[in-house]
Amino acid sequence: MAAHIQPAGVADKGIVGETAAPPPVRRRRKLGSGIEIAVLTILAIVMLFPVLWMLETALKDTKDIYAVPAKVITGWTPTLEHVKNVFSSNSPVFSGFKNSVIVATASTIIATVLGVPAAWAYSRFAIKAKKDQLFFILSTRFMPPVVVVIPVFLMFRDLRLLDTLQGLILVYAAFNLPFTIWMMKGFIDEVPAEYEEAAMLDGYSRFEAFWRFTMPLLIPGIAATAVFALIFSWNEFVFSIFLITDPDTRTAPSAIAGLIGGTTINWGLVAASAMIFAIPVLIFAFLVRRHLVAGVTLGAVRR
Amino acid sequence: MADTLQKTPPTAAPAAAKLEAPPAAARFRFLTDRWLAGLFISPALALLVFLSIWPLIRLIWLSFTDYSVTRDVPASFIGFENYADVLTSPVVRERALTTMIFVVGAVGLQTVLGFAIAFLISRRIKGRGALTTLFLIPMMLSPVVVGLFWKFMLDVQFGVVNSFLDSLGFGRVEWLTQQRLALLSLIVVDTWQWTPFIMLIALAGLTAVPKYLYEAAEIDRASEWFKFRRITFPLVWPLLLIAVMFRAIEAFRLFDLVYILTGGGPGGTTETLSFNVYKVAFFGFDTGRASAYGILMVIVVIIATNIYLRYLNRLQER
Repeated sequence: MAAHIQPAGVADKGIVGETAAPPPVRRRRKLGSGIEIAVLTILAIVMLFPVLWMLETALKDTKDIYAVPAKVITGWTPTLEHVKNVFSSNSPVFSGFKNSVIVATASTIIATVLGVPAAWAYSRFAIKAKKDQLFFILSTRFMPPVVVVIPVFLMFRDLRLLDTLQGLILVYAAFNLPFTIWMMKGFIDEVPAEYEEAAMLDGYSRFEAFWRFTMPLLIPGIAATAVFALIFSWNEFVFSIFLITDPDTRTAPSAIAGLIGGTTINWGLVAASAMIFAIPVLIFAFLVRRHLVAGVTLGAVRR
Repeated sequence: MADTLQKTPPTAAPAAAKLEAPPAAARFRFLTDRWLAGLFISPALALLVFLSIWPLIRLIWLSFTDYSVTRDVPASFIGFENYADVLTSPVVRERALTTMIFVVGAVGLQTVLGFAIAFLISRRIKGRGALTTLFLIPMMLSPVVVGLFWKFMLDVQFGVVNSFLDSLGFGRVEWLTQQRLALLSLIVVDTWQWTPFIMLIALAGLTAVPKYLYEAAEIDRASEWFKFRRITFPLVWPLLLIAVMFRAIEAFRLFDLVYILTGGGPGGTTETLSFNVYKVAFFGFDTGRASAYGILMVIVVIIATNIYLRYLNRLQER
């Protein structure tokens, strides 16, 4: 507006008393910002280096892996030898990968099928001592796994579930259930109960109202929750080494850990299997990155 | 909601229709709210009772007996003897100290670093999403994978860390087999993996600070430091404390990294409480004592968490 009234050129000169040159703060801030970027870059390199180093090791020749001094950037040619070894017929880890897929998938399905309806019921109904029940459910997740595994081990020995995938699936389902319930309760709380009430006014029963109207809205939340459960089961280690010692039924983490048991360690194979083991997790984590905060805090923090 | 309009005959029915319950209503009517709640919750609770409560009860019972997995004799009740044993044992005291050093060192480092990274990222406008994703990678990896990464990198002979030190003129360091240094290595590895956790939560807090507060401060010509101290920090602090609690609980029960990296050595200097329980239970075959040990650990966690949460609540009321 002012530009119309003021004669041309006046606005450029600024207010009396203001210096023509930009205030010195500006430059200092620019310098500060440069330092910030440098610090961030260094930190990012430090954080990513181990991952890149493992990837490099997985692709290196055995000879280059043990080279002293280490060949960091140049001097080695990539080879897929170790990656092929992971999938070869006499590979000690391949059956581990197969078992891990079975266990992670089955336990996630069980946890989701049991957890989503329970979360809905906790979200919608007035249940006696609801807060206590929910807190109790969460608290089972905070027990040290090494402690829990002692009685579970004894119980599985009596039930002949040791060394079986079924046993591990049950344990992982129970391990993921508290998480599923808490996470899903958060998602369900965000869907107004009025939708269901309106459907019930239209003549649907409560169950149908849930199934037909709330459920479709929950699909993205269920997907995110299931992906987290999948990651947790896939990565879990303590239960898997204690409950399964048989090389045929053990899961990938204990199979990979078993590679370093001997006197000589084939680091190329270790690196290749670790990378192959980590890649699905990273992809899945990328898919649910929007829910990461809620996911890693068991739904306690939501933003 | 378009769904509602398409699928429900009752709302679309002409006015002439008889006042009759629509066909859909007949189905599942027998499921009253009470039944439905029970039906939905009980399977989940049943699984938890079967694999969490029942084992816990069994653990408590075992902790009062001299049961051992290898002996085939029925357990006999010995009262609080196991508890007294554990509480008076000098080894346990040492392991508790190791665990304390680890928890304080690792969680402290993670908190400082994680918050610093989050703060730096939150000040960037470009590339914030990509940076966050990159920084989060370590957290998503399995502890086994992380342990192996670092065991290889810290290897005395072919480890890349020693290789760097060598070319810089420092000598080789036995990261995992030298007393004192081994625990430090554990702290470093845990920090590497879990700094992103603190960062992620701190970042959530930082991005939620309302912009107008900074604008108001800017008008008052507040310094950067003042803005940080009086606006950013107080608003992020409660959330950061929750993150610290999560980390402390997990660091307290650290097992997998120790198992992979050091196996408790050298000379038991990296043996955490969890690892000690494992040794008592699966090498000493002293199941009863290990149970008492484990229950004491759980009690410590419960008490500490309660005190902490009370403090947190008071902080948030203010």
